[in-house]
Amino acid sequence: MALLNAHSRRNVEVHSFSWMVSVLVPLAALGLQAYLPLHFWRFGIVDLPLIITVYFAVARRNPIAGTLTGAIIGIAQDALTARPIGINGISKAIIGYLTASIGVRIDVENHGTRLILNFGAAMLNSAITLLIVHHMLAMEAPWSWVHELIRSVVNALLAVVLFSLLDRAKRED
Amino acid sequence: MESFFSRYKNVLVLIVVLLAQVVGLAVQIRHPVPGAPETGQNRLIRYWVVSLISPPEHWVHATGSGLRGMWSNYAYLRGVRRQNRDLKAEVQRLRIEQAGLLEDARQGQRLQQMLSFKENYISATQPAQVIGTSGSDVSHVLYLDKGSRDGLKPDMPVITPDGIVGKLKEVLPHTSQLLVISDQTSGAGVVLETSRIRGVLRGNLLGQPEIVNIARDDRIKVGERILTSGGDGVYPRGLPVGVVERTIPDPDHDGYVAVVVRTAANLAQLEEVLVITRVSDQMPALEQQDINRSAIEVGPQKRAADILSERLPGLKDPNAAAPAVGAAPETTGGDPGRPPKPGVSLHPDRFSPSTARPANSSIPLAAAPPVTPVAGTGGAVARKPAAVHVGATAGAASSAPSKTTPARSGATTGVTRPQTVPGASVQAVKASPTPVGVTPAIAAPRKASPALAGTTPGTTAPRKPRVVSPDGSILEPVQPKLQPKPAQPKPQPQTAAPAAPPPGGRL
Repeated sequence: MALLNAHSRRNVEVHSFSWMVSVLVPLAALGLQAYLPLHFWRFGIVDLPLIITVYFAVARRNPIAGTLTGAIIGIAQDALTARPIGINGISKAIIGYLTASIGVRIDVENHGTRLILNFGAAMLNSAITLLIVHHMLAMEAPWSWVHELIRSVVNALLAVVLFSLLDRAKRED
Repeated sequence: MESFFSRYKNVLVLIVVLLAQVVGLAVQIRHPVPGAPETGQNRLIRYWVVSLISPPEHWVHATGSGLRGMWSNYAYLRGVRRQNRDLKAEVQRLRIEQAGLLEDARQGQRLQQMLSFKENYISATQPAQVIGTSGSDVSHVLYLDKGSRDGLKPDMPVITPDGIVGKLKEVLPHTSQLLVISDQTSGAGVVLETSRIRGVLRGNLLGQPEIVNIARDDRIKVGERILTSGGDGVYPRGLPVGVVERTIPDPDHDGYVAVVVRTAANLAQLEEVLVITRVSDQMPALEQQDINRSAIEVGPQKRAADILSERLPGLKDPNAAAPAVGAAPETTGGDPGRPPKPGVSLHPDRFSPSTARPANSSIPLAAAPPVTPVAGTGGAVARKPAAVHVGATAGAASSAPSKTTPARSGATTGVTRPQTVPGASVQAVKASPTPVGVTPAIAAPRKASPALAGTTPGTTAPRKPRVVSPDGSILEPVQPKLQPKPAQPKPQPQTAAPAAPPPGGRL
């Protein structure tokens, strides 16, 4: 994994996005996440909002922006479910903060880095969700290591593809 | 101080965001009724998010439906005629089947009226298309393209023709949220069809519906049907839910099991559902019309006795008179223990129950022959010693003249009038069905008194009267127990030595 030294950290690329991309891409991710499992039920294993959260966080390299982006996307994701609002909001806010902080130190333009970063983010997201649901809300929560590993791998592979597509929409500051 | 905030502003923002959401979660968990429709801030958030997400889903779904409609309306019309013919045949078959069940349904309704039970009929439904999901595999929620402007309200049950699906949770103007029965927060009152075990259905961790907190019971079998019980106040009673797939022990409660259910409706691929918008205790007019039409087309329902007489042609009496129209129905006076009283016949004769002499005016043992078990005329009678026991008193015998008297047989000329004896009972012995009108034992005249008056066995044995009941049994009078009333004078016997009743008083 390529670590950035002090010199390169000063020259790190910080990207921004147009307001349309910033609004429409998360909305499209939420819409596809809600629509596609209707016809392809196995698509439920994918977490498009998580991938979008990680992408915006590492592209902007701003922990505050990553936190707020993750919180908003997570709350919107919770609003579509029958569960309490805030479960995904908390987990994605933490992930947005952490990935943005890591993005300052690590070169996230590399596919391998993106793969590992998204794999870790997916595992962390599942762990935080389990913590909130099972320990904070005292609700039953399913947990299977195999299932979570498969989910993380699938999300990481899809994230590499989506990141390449979304790279075309970013602007360099 | 300023440097502290500027230095740790990232972490502080994260903490503030997390704290705000934790407080929000705590407020939501305090909600008094889990699964109940929300109010206030949370509903506002859901409203805004669904309002943003659902229009594109409407559009995508409408586009997809349009494309599918083009295909099905124009390019796939080849099988329509055949399908139409098959559907017509199926409608006809179902109509006949419905008419067959009509009598049972009416009987059930009468019983329910007697019990003051209010049956709930689905009187109005609203079809809706499924346009989206929650996007999460742990929250089983679907979104419908109909909302409050279409008359939908929270807690309305949602079904398919196969079975129940769930109930509405949140209802927006153009969209509604459907909580599927496989969700952990759902709940439905159900009953197992055969064992009548009741329980609550909800989703488990794997998204499979199960009936929880049921005591271990061997009567629960795999494949048993499960219906809604109607006790939850949401789903009408009697809707199909699914079948028992397996039972698993409840890890939290010793001695209890959870019944995993395979749902009747395919919850994984729902496209169109029906929202029950109105339930009433009256049968819908359309359904009533359909039932009436079925009854007219199929014809009046046959009584069980008619069906039996058709299956046993020997019970048909070609010479039997038609039943009296307008005859008073037999009543028992509300006492099930008493035999029914016969109605008043239009053309009474000397055999009619109301004109027959009372039993106490008859000469004892003068008319009722002491019938002994006979081998049967022609030897075609297969007897069982312990057969159906019909009737118990003289009233029973006299109250059923069509069974015990030959008045309706059309062969009464010269037949000795069989008189009823107090305390006489009739024992039915299974025999081959013999038409009543051609029974030689009845048609043959005989003298009663000499045979009764101490005729010893081996002497001239008169032909025994044999009466065949409609169910094919031979009814034979048995020797009565003579219990003369002490208040009445003892009548003079015609014979010097009346025959003593055999042990048991029956032959």
